[in-house]
Amino acid sequence: MRTAISKLTLLQPASLQEALRMLDEEGPLRPLAGCTDVYVEVNFGTATQTRFLNLWGLPQLRYVRRENGILRIGALATFTDLIRSREIQEEAPMLVAASREIGGVQIQNRGTLAGNIANASPAGDSLPVLAALEAIVVLESRQGQRRIPFHRFYTGYRQSVIRPDELIVAVELPRTEGVQWFRKVGTRAAQAISKVVMAAVRSDPPRLALGSVAPTVIRLPRTEACLARGGSMTEAQEILTKEIQPIDDLRSTAAYRRLVCANLLARFWTDTHA
Amino acid sequence: MRFRLNGQQRELEVHPMKRLLDALREDLGLIGTKEGCGEGECGSCTVLVDGEPVCSCLLPVAQVEGAEVITIEGLGGEHPLQRAFVEEGGAQCGICTPGMIMAALALGPNPTEAEIREGLAGNLCRCTGYTAIIRAVQKA
Repeated sequence: MRTAISKLTLLQPASLQEALRMLDEEGPLRPLAGCTDVYVEVNFGTATQTRFLNLWGLPQLRYVRRENGILRIGALATFTDLIRSREIQEEAPMLVAASREIGGVQIQNRGTLAGNIANASPAGDSLPVLAALEAIVVLESRQGQRRIPFHRFYTGYRQSVIRPDELIVAVELPRTEGVQWFRKVGTRAAQAISKVVMAAVRSDPPRLALGSVAPTVIRLPRTEACLARGGSMTEAQEILTKEIQPIDDLRSTAAYRRLVCANLLARFWTDTHA
Repeated sequence: MRFRLNGQQRELEVHPMKRLLDALREDLGLIGTKEGCGEGECGSCTVLVDGEPVCSCLLPVAQVEGAEVITIEGLGGEHPLQRAFVEEGGAQCGICTPGMIMAALALGPNPTEAEIREGLAGNLCRCTGYTAIIRAVQKA
């Protein structure tokens, strides 16, 4: 481990209220849930923070439950929790599909949905699912709660509206009609960061979300509108390739990503045809 | 801090952000758990925490407070999985083997090949080509 551990401080709240007070009075603090992203940085000496807040001791944040017709996922719910949840299997099957392709079992057992959101990678596997399901991110501070629609949560590459005194306490999934579809394209099913990841819902209008093709996860409103008005697949694919901004990087090229996205759109449309 | 390790209550005075992997190897002398990549990709540091396989290189020791931790040493050397890995050639250089066995322990009884492949997808082996590992798990 390349980070000098003696320079790190870990605060260990016994309640959510204490965690929020610590964030407010003793910050800046980086919250720790399952540590599957943060400890990679700590191990390689690239973590810029030295003060951390351990949330793992707050089991009241670990739940998946149905409340007034919506699914509410607590901040400490792991990907394994989501895979095993009957409610998620029934109402958000593509979130189960995405969770099963995140890392391996070891990562799924610790990594959390809220952590995937907070890490804010444009390649986060669960993020297109949340965009397509029009999730709400519930933030809490000592001033109270804010409920942020997912499409307004990110403001740029690895940037979001979350304030230093706020925690993600839950994610809400409204009920979604239509057939859900998820596909991750990477070098291997497990343990691979995606080249492209797509989540979609065959509803009227259809919903399309893509990861790894822009600075943040994106919805494709113009492509969605084209399909909704009965446009041809060729026309929709042309619009899609203009609606994304993929780059060349060590995982793939912009040209390949454009081609794969267009192919995924056609595959989604065929697979979900009634 | 306190936790149960291989069936025994242990107390440890270490920095709360020390990796469980380092606490096991340096402070508790249990060097069966290996470090491979240090970033959660290879699975060679896999241990069970409350029965679930996790990467001990990504885990601050503070997060196992009150938990039950099982390492390869907890299997005692004559566990059916350990014997099957020897008999089937599931171990060659041996670095991935403790992690493979710990991940395989969490599979249910009589797993199918697909279940084994998914359950061990987070464990990389550069020697065996996996075939002998899967045969060993099926045999155990």
